[in-house]
Amino acid sequence: MTDATAQAPGASSLPEDLTAERNASRVGRRFGPSGSAVVMVLYLLFLMLPIYWLLNMSLKTNNEILGAFSLWPRNATLQNYVTILTDPSWYMGYVNSLIYVLMNTAISLTVALPAAYAFSRYNFMGDKHLFFWLLTNRMAPPAVFALPFFQLYSSVGLFDTHIAVALAHALFNVPLAVWILEGFMRGVPKEIDETAYIDGYSFGRFFVKIFMPLISSGIGVAAFFCFMFSWVELLLSRTLTSVDAKPIAATMTRTGGAGGIDWGVLAAAGVLTIIPGALVVFFVRNYIAKGFALGRV
Amino acid sequence: MSLTLENISRVVGAETHIHPTDLTLEPGTMNVLLGPTSSGKTSLMRLMAGLDQPTTGRILWKGDDVTGQRVQDRKVAMVYQQFINYPSMSVYDNIASPLRLMGLKKDEIDTRVRGTADLMQLSPMLDRRPLELSGGQQQRCALARALVKNAGLVLLDEPLANLDYKLREELRAEIPNIFERSGSIFVYATTEPEEALLLGGHCATLWQGRVTQFGPTPTVYRRPADATTARVFSDPPMNFLKVEKSGDRISFGTDQTLPSGTIACGVADGTYLAGFRPNHLSLTPGADTLSFDTELTVTEITGSETFVHLDHHGERWVGLVHGVETLEPGQVLTVHLDPAHVYLFDADGALVQAAPYAEAA
Repeated sequence: MTDATAQAPGASSLPEDLTAERNASRVGRRFGPSGSAVVMVLYLLFLMLPIYWLLNMSLKTNNEILGAFSLWPRNATLQNYVTILTDPSWYMGYVNSLIYVLMNTAISLTVALPAAYAFSRYNFMGDKHLFFWLLTNRMAPPAVFALPFFQLYSSVGLFDTHIAVALAHALFNVPLAVWILEGFMRGVPKEIDETAYIDGYSFGRFFVKIFMPLISSGIGVAAFFCFMFSWVELLLSRTLTSVDAKPIAATMTRTGGAGGIDWGVLAAAGVLTIIPGALVVFFVRNYIAKGFALGRV
Repeated sequence: MSLTLENISRVVGAETHIHPTDLTLEPGTMNVLLGPTSSGKTSLMRLMAGLDQPTTGRILWKGDDVTGQRVQDRKVAMVYQQFINYPSMSVYDNIASPLRLMGLKKDEIDTRVRGTADLMQLSPMLDRRPLELSGGQQQRCALARALVKNAGLVLLDEPLANLDYKLREELRAEIPNIFERSGSIFVYATTEPEEALLLGGHCATLWQGRVTQFGPTPTVYRRPADATTARVFSDPPMNFLKVEKSGDRISFGTDQTLPSGTIACGVADGTYLAGFRPNHLSLTPGADTLSFDTELTVTEITGSETFVHLDHHGERWVGLVHGVETLEPGQVLTVHLDPAHVYLFDADGALVQAAPYAEAA
């Protein structure tokens, strides 16, 4: 009996203390106003405020938007969304944008994959310079290229077509995709290529069956960057289109009608425009950091 | 089924990777390429495989010129030092991929893949991805892929160098068995003389892009054609000492002479380079041994053996002595050498007289 009482505190005091402390810190982390939580809340608040306001507006009527200041819609309505999804002049904007964005992504990747492979695997005269100067097209704002593209496309009859915008955007996206893919490809040992050739793979088969799965995350990231640039780029796409291939962003800038600006519909269009980008970001979220480093981590 | 290199060389830019080389690998032989890093082992293998094109010369396979042929059309297999597998495929698909490309029937592929997997002890892991395996298993997978196609020429470029000690010993013991079953020409590159001796077969020693000697491995070891070969085929490297032969005496250093009849009978008078392996230096004198006073620089104890690094009048020697010796660096150490273990090389490094013990063996 005495033994047990004498032993008990000595044997269990340490673990008890530790667990008590740990519980205390856990409680503190959950309920106490810790510094990092405050910062995080503020951060999210500032980050989400514009998006929330856009969503807020898209669910209101024009009267409410222009009338009183309200933090949330008093008479929530989906009428703005209905307008967009039923009126061809609105929803065709999305269709047009998606068409040229997807075309551009496909073209950019198709061109950039072999180019990046060449840069990552072969040495040739001037390869380093060529690789660097690929980026020249990204050193100037797109506005610089608006005039030559407009004149060129008008004269060859490409004006107001989806492929026109896709090709114009490829000027910016191909170099970027080459840079990103080259970085990912460099991480794949050359011995894999050689082993495949020794095993009897032809180049094409090796590239599609073995190499592309190895750099699939790189392809995803490159596709993401192409998609995003093409999706958000306004100036070239607006200059090179008028009616048939008019992108959503251009539609949004031309909504001033006789009755003034339709704020609610515009806000709804904005919300719908964020969605595709957000979806794409979600799918490549784990590789974006490596993508921003152009695959060189 | 023999592979012949005729006057093969490879020059890249200003650098000569392989000096003109003639080499014939006989059917069904194990050939070891032995040399230090960047001595040209991998370059030579890449030429054999057809991954690189030779600057000069021809490569003959079964008598046919295959010099310019695509890698895909050659009957070769190669395993690298790094564990190279197709990460996106399962182990089964990895091993099956060369067979599928050969257009074999499904059930034949299955039998051969499972047979090879059994041989390489990979059967329980066939459904896994290579990167989920341990290093040794990954390399087994690479070996299995190389063996399954029954290529006439199997190139193994330091396949065990990246494995830990235990696995290396295990796989090294298996390789000769695998080789005997396959009947192919095996070429095995290694930096370790010990590995070359364990594998047996033929051995080509390489030094700075040149094949210094090619022959049965034990012969190359016992009768190195020149000092370079002896240096390459000895780990730690062979020790050298200038000796003078005049008349019937041969003098080692300042005051030790031997009757030349013991190790240098029939050799012309002049200066020679005496070479002897580290394991032939001993700390205890024997009958008729030479003895040298040296300064001890470093000792390394590896369990049951001790490496002693010595300075003999400016020449650096290494001795390998049995047992653990506790010695102080800087002390004078007298080492003993049986003249029966001394090789004689001439001024150009060519072998003049092999060590008597080697001749006897």
